[in-house]
Amino acid sequence: MYPVSELIKNLADQHGRMRHNLLPILQGVVEQEKYLSEYSMLEIARELDLPAAEVYGTATFYSFLEHKKMGKYIIRICKTITCSMKGKNQIIKTIEDMLNINVGETTPDGNFSLLQTNCLGFCHMAPAMLINYEVFTDLTPEKVREILTVFINKKDKEG
Amino acid sequence: MAPTYQLKRLDFIFKNENDWKEILVGKINLPPQELINELISSELKGRGGAGFPTGLKWKLTSEEKEAVKYVICNADEGEPGTFKDREILSKVPLKVLTSMAICGYVIGSKEGYIYLRGEYFFLQHELNKAIEEFVAYCRKINFEFTIRIFMGSGAYICGEETALFESMEGKRGEPRNKPPFPSVSGYMGKPTVINNVETLAHTYTIFEYGAKRFYDLGVQYSRGSKLFSVSGDTPKPGIYELELGMSLVDFVDEFGDGDTKAVQVGGASGFLVPRKRFSETTIGFQGKLTGISLPTGGSMMLFNSSRSMYNVLDNYLEFFREESCGQCTPCRVGCQQLLNGIKAVKRGEKTAGYLEKLLRLAETMQFTAKCGLGQSVANSFSSIVENFREEMIY
Repeated sequence: MYPVSELIKNLADQHGRMRHNLLPILQGVVEQEKYLSEYSMLEIARELDLPAAEVYGTATFYSFLEHKKMGKYIIRICKTITCSMKGKNQIIKTIEDMLNINVGETTPDGNFSLLQTNCLGFCHMAPAMLINYEVFTDLTPEKVREILTVFINKKDKEG
Repeated sequence: MAPTYQLKRLDFIFKNENDWKEILVGKINLPPQELINELISSELKGRGGAGFPTGLKWKLTSEEKEAVKYVICNADEGEPGTFKDREILSKVPLKVLTSMAICGYVIGSKEGYIYLRGEYFFLQHELNKAIEEFVAYCRKINFEFTIRIFMGSGAYICGEETALFESMEGKRGEPRNKPPFPSVSGYMGKPTVINNVETLAHTYTIFEYGAKRFYDLGVQYSRGSKLFSVSGDTPKPGIYELELGMSLVDFVDEFGDGDTKAVQVGGASGFLVPRKRFSETTIGFQGKLTGISLPTGGSMMLFNSSRSMYNVLDNYLEFFREESCGQCTPCRVGCQQLLNGIKAVKRGEKTAGYLEKLLRLAETMQFTAKCGLGQSVANSFSSIVENFREEMIY
């Protein structure tokens, strides 16, 4: 059995196999795999006995359920008005330069993906970003370099 | 001349929550009708932005004859410029849980959910601990009520109550037609009370201090206090509890940087008020006989003269274009066309007169879109284009 099939089976055991259990299962797969492959979506459809199109339709509706292979760390920069006013473009430029990727891309080593997202709810501490589920606020180019350095070293130690 | 400082700062919401056990026990031993009357007489209106009377919502749901009902706390706080609900859930979660349980008692429901937006995943751990403590206490006093967190996954539209139900049912977050309203047919087709986080926190205040204390704050049609999320060009961004009915002039005196050009009241789906209108605008729900009264879910964004209102509108429209669920045509196509339209005018590909066409399109969306998202695009669009026409063109 593929590891992802087992993961899906475990998630279904944990949450249930009804339609209203679909979102927690999709989220569980994304948490482990960082994205939903076509294979994962088909497996979920089979496990929950749902049409694959329904699973695909639901999965692709939500911006945090990625269906493209993502890096180990997903960086999401808030692009809504206050963050935009307070210099989010400089933050993006800094990260693009540091990781040598553009917004929407993943580093070749598969460690970082850079995305923009809508309002994170930290407008009073703009600009803000998420790295996976961790929030970083009051960003400056300098601060962002320090934060990313920590993540890059973390990955070196683990890898 | 001394500034006419009239903003009244209050401290109900974030005040300690240590008395939650007494309040819970005290209230679930009263007749439900008494609690409903208390809420109705406080005139508390929903704090998520739409402003439906909370007591009436509980009353209508309590009158439904169904064995299974639900209480849902809407924590899908996604409106640009709003960040108060996160603060409530991280500082005084037990107030929210207590109000949910009392609501369960009033309407006859044993199951509560908190729909937490995906962006606030980091709150989950602490919130679950509070829930465990709370549910354990309910069990101890033989009061049957469970609360679970349901995580969202990054979709603004899921803050719309019926889209939120769809999402919880494992579907795309596409709003339903209303009626039926949630009080009749909500989550899983069952009668459901769905309240914003802040509404539940105010409910706690009312149960703690009585309806009169709450009613005495604010002005007619807009009673009580409200949390405001202040951001943008201000020296003191943050969360403030203020009385409803304040004048925008006083607000800007307090929070502006001395160069405030406009204030966006109610986030991207709210209204932009230019400086010349500050004095005639108050913050509260519609219904006053004189002047303009603007409702807000709490989002107050200040812009100073260094900001281009074209960029602000462009940012909002891009937000709406991405967050529109795509279900109904007026909103799906309208958001795209408004954005393309202002870009074309700015580039000189369309004449300034094209803005009138766009205003008519926004008006059409207001009347024909299925839910509040599409209907409210016109609020910010019209108020920005009409007040800052030059900035849209040159």
